[in-house]
This record gives sequence, structure tokens and C-alpha cells, in this order.
Amino acid sequence: MRTALVTRPLDAVALLAEVARVANGATVLFVGTVRDINEGRAVTGMEYAAYAGMAELELAAIAREAKDRFGTPNVVIEHRVGTLDLGEASVVIACSHAHRAQAFEAARFAIEELKRRVPIWKREHYADGTREWVDPTRAPSAAAQP
Amino acid sequence: MLVTRDMTVTVLLFASYADALGRSSLELALPAGATVRDVVAGLASLPGADRLPPAPLIAVNLRYASRDQMLEPGDEVAVIPPVAGG
Repeated sequence: MRTALVTRPLDAVALLAEVARVANGATVLFVGTVRDINEGRAVTGMEYAAYAGMAELELAAIAREAKDRFGTPNVVIEHRVGTLDLGEASVVIACSHAHRAQAFEAARFAIEELKRRVPIWKREHYADGTREWVDPTRAPSAAAQP
Repeated sequence: MLVTRDMTVTVLLFASYADALGRSSLELALPAGATVRDVVAGLASLPGADRLPPAPLIAVNLRYASRDQMLEPGDEVAVIPPVAGG
């Protein structure tokens, strides 16, 4: 297990290699990237900020919980902070396990817990020059409705 | 005789909450035996606090804390806006 909050670009392939084991027949890689549109608004970039000390503790706790729940110590999570361009990876999670179900479930658990409790925030930069902190608890605007 | 003395805790603010209060940290003087609930009440009187929700998440010394958690002098208290990692 390894978790980190980093300021450099994330290397998903390196994380894949880090969790690879000959005993593990399944490896799952999750990559979260900066999207060009949110709630109908054109996004040009994203700024991530964290309560670093607590975010590192929570990330480490999530990796430990994934190990205990799904029976694999081969879990690596990296989250990037700072200003990111469109398409750049903000988070990479790699999990390997002897079998695919546990590998998928461990990766899913890790990203869902990360989004639920790790103190990281993002501020979207919009095409019109404005910036706004994203609040996932706020109801989506009308523009986001299908 | 029981001696009680005031204490000071550091309160950290992040993201939209830092913008609302116009700063990223402050010192709050509290009576001995104060709890997280007292910090939340203390924040409410600050300029810009009307832009904070009435019951924000609080962490003490890097861990999520309940309203009843007692504080010690020098504790690091953080007011945690809705998280948005990933």
C-alpha cells in the first residue's frame, strides 16, 4: 500500500507497475481527469487545494480499509494538488488482486471513499474568466439537467 | 480550588470558507473545557460568517470531530467545506 498527495503530474503507468504481482491475475486502474464541461459551463482548468496533513491521513486510512475489506495490500492512491489543465489526471488509483471482482471493488471503494471524506477541494476556472469552488452537496443547476 | 484558564486554539479555513471569512486561519480564545460546538458558535460572530453553513464539518488535530469533543490548548481546529476531491 502507498498513498500520496503530490504536486507533480501523475504517472498512471508507473502506478500500474507498482501494484503488479505475478500472483495477481487482475489489475484495475482508475484515472480521474479534468473535464471540459461541468453543469453546462465550459471549464478551462481546475485548481485543487487540500488540507494536506489530514488528506494524507485519510488517504492512508482508505488504502488500509481497502486492504482489510478486499484482501489485497496492492493498493496505491495518488492525488494531485495545484492547477491542472483539461485532461490532466487529478487522481490515480491502482489495485491488483488474485481475482478481478476484488480488484474492481477495491478501486471503486477507494475512489468513492476519497470523494466522500478526503479534505480536498477544487475550483473550476471557466471560459468567461470566473472561478468557483465546486460544492458537491449543492443541487445541480438547471443547465445540468438532461 | 479548581483553577480554570482560557485557552487559544488555531482555526484553519479552506477553499470557499477561507474566501467567505477573508483569511485562511485565525486564533480563537475559548474558556477551559470548551468543545467543538463552542468553536462553531465563536465563528458565527465573525464578519462573513453568514456565508458559512450553520453546521460545518470540523476536524481537530487532523481528524473529523463531533460537536461534543473537548478541546485542549494549542489544538488545531479545521473547518472543512464540502469535500470535492477526485
